[in-house]
Amino acid sequence: MSTSVKAGPRQSPRPGPTRPIGTPRKPWRRRVEPYVYVFPTVLLMVVLMLVPIVMVIRYSLYDNVIMKKEPVLAGIANYTEILTDPDFWNAVKNTAFFTGTSVVAHLVLGMAFAMMLNTPLLGNVTKAIFRVLFILPWLFTVAIIAVLWRLLLNPNGVLNYLLQTWGLADSKVEWLADPNLALYAVTFINIWSGYPFYMMSLLAGLQGIPRDLYEAATVDGASYWQRWWNVTVPQLRPIIVSIAMLDVIFTTQQFALIWMTTGGGPINVTEMLSTFTYKLAFNRYQFSLASASAVIIFVFSMVLAFFYVRYQKARD
Amino acid sequence: MEPRGARRVLLKIGVLAGLVVGAVFAGFPVFWMAASSFKANPEIFELPPRVVTPGFSFDAYTTIVTDPVKVRFFVNSYVVALSVTALTLVVAVLAGYAFSRFEFPFKRPLNMVIVSVQAVPPITLLIPYFGLMVTLKLYNTYWALILTYMVFTLPYAIIMMTGYFNTLPRELDEAVKVDGAGSFTALWRILVPISVPGLVSVGIYTFMIAWNEYLFALTLTRTEDMRTVPIGIQLLMGQHSYEWNEMMAMSILGCIPVLVLFLFFQRFFIGGMTAGSVKA
Repeated sequence: MSTSVKAGPRQSPRPGPTRPIGTPRKPWRRRVEPYVYVFPTVLLMVVLMLVPIVMVIRYSLYDNVIMKKEPVLAGIANYTEILTDPDFWNAVKNTAFFTGTSVVAHLVLGMAFAMMLNTPLLGNVTKAIFRVLFILPWLFTVAIIAVLWRLLLNPNGVLNYLLQTWGLADSKVEWLADPNLALYAVTFINIWSGYPFYMMSLLAGLQGIPRDLYEAATVDGASYWQRWWNVTVPQLRPIIVSIAMLDVIFTTQQFALIWMTTGGGPINVTEMLSTFTYKLAFNRYQFSLASASAVIIFVFSMVLAFFYVRYQKARD
Repeated sequence: MEPRGARRVLLKIGVLAGLVVGAVFAGFPVFWMAASSFKANPEIFELPPRVVTPGFSFDAYTTIVTDPVKVRFFVNSYVVALSVTALTLVVAVLAGYAFSRFEFPFKRPLNMVIVSVQAVPPITLLIPYFGLMVTLKLYNTYWALILTYMVFTLPYAIIMMTGYFNTLPRELDEAVKVDGAGSFTALWRILVPISVPGLVSVGIYTFMIAWNEYLFALTLTRTEDMRTVPIGIQLLMGQHSYEWNEMMAMSILGCIPVLVLFLFFQRFFIGGMTAGSVKA
């Protein structure tokens, strides 16, 4: 959810070494002022962003951190231990599946709903009502989404009842406790909770496409789907790429949903990088190993962020 | 280009059918949550499931609003979320003003840092935050949550406020300065009052992030009197048994602030939500 901060409207000519002779230097006060305004931000970012990142990197290079008083330098031993741990790679695999499937499904659902809400066939009131209904999942916090789906997916719950009544399942399905199903179940919940963001962004994008593009395509004899593919998709591409990148960044970091539905289990079939790291730190008190894992996740996120920022810059 | 006649009717039916299917997908879980909050706990998994059961009552709600421990969850959530919103707005307005109206060295790098900070995973910061909050004696206090939440609300707020100020003509604040007023007066008297729509958007977004946060609330607080609503809902799971009706009632009560904000400020809400990815 970001754009880059753009420079203000037309700047006054920049003072600097090239300033014409005779022009007074900017008064001292004027030069200091912007720093006063950004000071609270910089202070917060240094204390609660820069310092913690340095701390976590330091932790990851030591043993016996936090829990004991004398940390011992461990070099990259913590990293080798994490990177050779099959549980870590299991978490990587689960996170990749969870994220990949979520992002694709979010995009498909978001696009389908946005296009239906943008139809000229229906009245504005009808569309407004459906829009509110469709946005509902986005209004709930993850904690609520987790208990809500535990209620629905309970073996004795309403979903199993409906499936059995319609003959789609013959016994009570343990959606969140069956090792073969749990990963699909949590991914489904995440899809349900995340598509409204795509839907609203794409809807705003759809409404911004100039009509004459469609008219020109129609004159050329393009069918509905040809117009969709040749006009709509290219016009929406910047939005699609932006939200998909943001979604990848945030979905790989998802913790609360997993923690409150399956806790990473059964066994470790829904273990994500976030729950894996959390358990290392706060269940097993292996803060050094957890820090190494946290740094690996950090580096990965920064690589994604780098591409995201570069893409946003290219759009400007 | 518009289809006509029978084809148009068929299309309309098709789109409506699609919308109804979508509405069931999106709305049924929420509807079921609301229905369950009025049931007696033994009726939750009764077969066949019914929307309204003989035990229909507001008992689950009464239990929650009369239990001081649970009321405290709500008080904590409001205190934290409102403080985060107020502080974020103040700090973001100041920083946004600097980014929008001044040229200064380190402006670009600082801007880059603020943009990329949004992608720093909370789990990476969690371990040092835990150590830091214990050291600063802020562990298990409101400040532990308020300060750490601001790290995640501030970048977006600054970006939005900078963008908003950029849309306001510079002549406005220059005019005040000609009269001898300082830049702070220009910001406070001129820019802030006309930026109310931007402030509302950013404020709502910030409030939601703070109201919904889970990971830091779980780790940086310990005692029940410091827990927020998301943790409170989880604490209802498996204390003794699952009080499903109370969990659902608490969820409904927990989403009311966001729902109210949404219904009253829909336009700002969606503006804040889509501004990041959609650019005119």
